Amino acid sequence: MNLKNNIAISDSGFVFNPSSGESFSVNQIGLEMLNMLRQKFTTEDIVTHIEKGFQAERPTIERDLNDFIDMMNQYHLMQDEDE
Amino acid sequence: MITKKRYERPVIKKLESNMPNKFGMRTEYEPVLHIEDIAIKDLITKYGSPLFVISEKKIRRNYQAAKQAFETRYPRVQFAWSYKTNYLNAVCNIFHQEGSWAEVVSGFEYDKAIRNGVPGSNIIFNGPDKSEQDLRKAVTNNSLIHIDHLDELYLLQEIAKSTKHKPKVAIRVNMDTGIFPIWDRFGFNFENGQAWDALNKIMFTGTLELVGLHTHIGTFMLSPNAYAVAAAKLANLAQRLHQKYDHEIKYIDMGGGFASRNTLKGAYLPGVDTNPTIDEFAEAITSALINSDFRPKNPPLLILETGRALIDDAAWLLGSVIANKRLADGRRSTIIDIGVNILFTAFWYAHKVTPAQKFTSYTEDTVLYGPLCMNIDVIRDNITLPLLNKGDQVVVHHVGAYNMTQWMQFITLRPKVVLIDQNNKVHVIRNNETLENMLELEALPDHLANFDL
Ligand SMILES: Cc1ncc(COP(=O)(O)O)c(C=O)c1O
Repeated sequence: MNLKNNIAISDSGFVFNPSSGESFSVNQIGLEMLNMLRQKFTTEDIVTHIEKGFQAERPTIERDLNDFIDMMNQYHLMQDEDE
Repeated sequence: MITKKRYERPVIKKLESNMPNKFGMRTEYEPVLHIEDIAIKDLITKYGSPLFVISEKKIRRNYQAAKQAFETRYPRVQFAWSYKTNYLNAVCNIFHQEGSWAEVVSGFEYDKAIRNGVPGSNIIFNGPDKSEQDLRKAVTNNSLIHIDHLDELYLLQEIAKSTKHKPKVAIRVNMDTGIFPIWDRFGFNFENGQAWDALNKIMFTGTLELVGLHTHIGTFMLSPNAYAVAAAKLANLAQRLHQKYDHEIKYIDMGGGFASRNTLKGAYLPGVDTNPTIDEFAEAITSALINSDFRPKNPPLLILETGRALIDDAAWLLGSVIANKRLADGRRSTIIDIGVNILFTAFWYAHKVTPAQKFTSYTEDTVLYGPLCMNIDVIRDNITLPLLNKGDQVVVHHVGAYNMTQWMQFITLRPKVVLIDQNNKVHVIRNNETLENMLELEALPDHLANFDL
């Protein structure tokens, strides 16, 4: 699963999906994760990066990241690798 | 060393255009970090989580404001603390220090009031279940007995004969005040003549001293006018007694039931903004009495058994987040260590719940569950909260009425209750339960003592 290529993300956490016209907002952690997903970092890398900068245990971050990706999937912001 | 930033769950939220928040404001989840200047974090560290916290200052302020609301409108006013609303001794005694009598509805509550030092003659004994033993005690102590049904009336007459005491009594009257449902299961009905009939029975036999008239029209009442109707109907009975028997009753007891500042489940607007104030209830009751045809030489004492409106907002329940979970339909749920076993009023109210630490402005719609392994254990079925992490603390507001009496020892043990006094000193006024406390009441037959597994 990857982030769809055409999704626009602003520095302030505003997310726009041009194919549906829907917009979203993400918080700071969400924004960092989104930007890394866009650069095709693996979830492993993302978790390691967040763990370095924030007060949280690895399993918590892992679980939250998976949940976050699930939510983006429900909002149709993700696509399969080969799409 | 690099200091790491505070972690918050990642969250993505769809922006709905032209869809403002239901209340047009976002104050609900402003963090509350202190109660009476004491940090919530410190309270939980010292006394555990969950924890009930009561403010003595707030109770006294509520009481004084209510007293003033009535006394500026009527010459003779007396409050009687409704024990069932919160009968922790420390709470009762704050009300007694302020001048409140006691209003009790069982032998257990009666004995509690006596042990607290309330003179028998300042105890109002209500309710359908008073045993012969309870009644004998109350008669001997000169307490004010509010008769609920004819069986009780006859029993009191027998006790009067056998003890040579003249019990001081009132009858409880139920009536149509224009609100639904009518509480017609307690006392004698006004409209169908039962109440007048009971009063005649008391006056004719002469073994009881009729001192008052009582009603309690319902609880969490949102209509001051219903009280005006009720007061007028009691004044009518008083007037008829005056005419027929030249008998002046000494008091009119309007019961309790004023809505507190809580929000009823399903209400569209928060109760803080919409529920009538004590002044509105006071205005309705006192004008109805003053404008009635009842013209005694001495105005009867006006008794109020106000419960929840005096204590609800003087107590908080502190708790902690156990876990976060995503439900199958995509909704967020948060499990906290506060369940309906200790927050009984979650069945009635959409309690205000706030975080006890600072957050960014991101929020999520959340279902707030208690810790019990039971489907009914829901504290809020839909609440907007910041992104709480495991271990974060929350505050449930306005929990002073009925929770510390209707709570259940179910699945887990009940927590401590602390009181913050007027100098901000914290006192444990009820300790947490232990397994030993529970086992003390149990007994195991010998043949069940052992087993092999
Ligand atoms: C007889 C009587 N008086 C007073 C009260 C106190 O009512 P509230 O807490 O609604 O003011 C009750 C409560 O149900 C009651 O039954």
